[in-house]
Amino acid sequence: MTTKNNTAKQDNPVIELHVKNHPGVMSHITGLFARRAFNLEGILCGAMGDGRTSRMFLMVNEDKRLNQLIRELERLHDTICVTMRNDVHVDAFNPLHI
Amino acid sequence: MKRTGAQIITTLLERQGVTSIAGIPGGATLPLYDALIESKINHILTRHEQGAGFIAQGQARITGKAGVCLATSGPGATNLLTAIADARLDSIPMVAITGQVTLPMIGTDAFQEVDTYGLTLPITKHNFLVRSTEELLEVIPEAFSIAESGRPGPVCVDIPKDVQTAEIEFDAWPEPGQKIPPMQPEPSDIEALAAMLNKAERPILYVGGGITAAHCCSELQQLARQNNIPVACTLMGLGTIPADDPLFLGMLGMHGSRSTNYALQEADLLLAIGVRFDDRATGKLEEFCPDAAIAHVDIDRSEIGKLRATNLSVAADAGLVVRQLLPLTNRANRAEWLQRIAELKAMDPKMHRHEDTHPLGIIERVSEIMGEGSVITTDVGQHQMWVAQHYPFRKPRTLLTSGGLGTMGFGLPTAIGAAMASPGKRVVCFSGDGSILMNIQELATLADLNLPVTVIIMNNHHLGLVRQQQELFYGNRINASRFETVPDFAALARTFGVRGTNLGSETDPKSALADALSGSGPCIVDMPIDHVRNVYPMVPPGAANYQTLEGAAHDY
Repeated sequence: MTTKNNTAKQDNPVIELHVKNHPGVMSHITGLFARRAFNLEGILCGAMGDGRTSRMFLMVNEDKRLNQLIRELERLHDTICVTMRNDVHVDAFNPLHI
Repeated sequence: MKRTGAQIITTLLERQGVTSIAGIPGGATLPLYDALIESKINHILTRHEQGAGFIAQGQARITGKAGVCLATSGPGATNLLTAIADARLDSIPMVAITGQVTLPMIGTDAFQEVDTYGLTLPITKHNFLVRSTEELLEVIPEAFSIAESGRPGPVCVDIPKDVQTAEIEFDAWPEPGQKIPPMQPEPSDIEALAAMLNKAERPILYVGGGITAAHCCSELQQLARQNNIPVACTLMGLGTIPADDPLFLGMLGMHGSRSTNYALQEADLLLAIGVRFDDRATGKLEEFCPDAAIAHVDIDRSEIGKLRATNLSVAADAGLVVRQLLPLTNRANRAEWLQRIAELKAMDPKMHRHEDTHPLGIIERVSEIMGEGSVITTDVGQHQMWVAQHYPFRKPRTLLTSGGLGTMGFGLPTAIGAAMASPGKRVVCFSGDGSILMNIQELATLADLNLPVTVIIMNNHHLGLVRQQQELFYGNRINASRFETVPDFAALARTFGVRGTNLGSETDPKSALADALSGSGPCIVDMPIDHVRNVYPMVPPGAANYQTLEGAAHDY
């Protein structure tokens, strides 16, 4: 997994995840991408409220496997909700902002 | 009350209804093994953790409830992996408990430390690394609930040693983890499915392990009979409809009957229930059921559309769907379609009674001796396919076989678990001389338990299915599939204190086989077979299912 930004276009799809927050969640999620050799173009993640859940944004490239990936993300025990977003600007994932 | 983590684990397992656990102790599970002394749970000491995993699977495949296995950290956990992955691919409920080094030692490359959480992550339905003793009260019941709910699967619970030893104070025990009842399907989906079925002229039911998991075999049979729908089964679906039912088409796919695969080519509706369009079943997917509308029912939404686009899909429990579908279907007689199926079946090679030394002959003899509800386990290879094609399974949970992962070494330990879960009944394991050596050490466990398990080793001194594929698809260049050394399995059995017989050297092989399948305790049967025999029909890997290879007359 890399988080390179330069290959991503303005209109890249972004997967928004609401998940339980514990140390293994990220591995569960990224594992589904890694086994398919499907690169994540950007990751943003942060805890919500009391820290029991997190919100995660994954910027990806258009791919015919996305629907299947989303269904498998939804199947994960730690996943509360998955939403596709097309209104997240690519700059949100720019590491130069940090 | 005050309890240690280890005591909490054993009590929660008891409250969960667990009566036996298979495993091997080690440094990181010593506290748990100490607590087991005070527990009512019976521990089965295996000789390899993979054996423990498959014993748990054997129990689970018989009962439908999660089997439990136990391994220590490091190599104990890595040895379990194959059995966990196998359970995942065949949707078998299982809870694997592994010891882990103490919390402060995690990540230091401590002795027998391995990242069990990371290793089991892609092969479990869910996994836990328990980080405090308090968490056990939540995690253990949840592990069972996850394993048994929805599409069943394995759950791994990794428990550091200090979590097991720490003592905590708490008020009450949590409720045991329960199977969560499946959601009701949408009535409009059921109506649409019924409409599709009612107007179909050439429908086929394509069913698999999901029917067994949903306990809806009799409803499935009713649906098939009242609407005259032929039924093709996956390997995991064998037993969901009796083999002698006129509507039964046998197994589809790579080693399915030619008539079955041809019938699927002609179908106008494929009603797929509790199946996942596995490549061994569908062959080249683009050419599978080319003229059929596809209706797919599966409890796992992520299976729907994964490989084949559907015309109608219902993500719901197979039992609920089939039960609600029954009153809406119109009892068509479909005489023309059944006539066509009969014509196709008539073109299959004629089956005659086989001689005793033929692989199909021994399957016939065993099925004649064993009762119709007897449990059969297999290993993986030619013998597995011969059993799947030829053994007359009539009930669900009577064929225990490694379908998805195709794990050689599955048969013996799974038979032990199955025999434990079906007291008083003899379990037969069909194996090969390649497969049996992959978990041969469990003969010692079998001897310990003195269970009525008969292992029949079809011995051709080869990895037969590999040899077959080298013969057929690699210009007969046989490489690394012939064994130089094959042990005397009957003598080997006796060194473990188990009865052993070689049907090739018995003066009366018939009565030797009958003896092996009766009496008390285990028995190992070495059955020499001709290594040139192939499994037919066979669809070459990657080919469409109608591109069937047929063998010579002697192969049937």
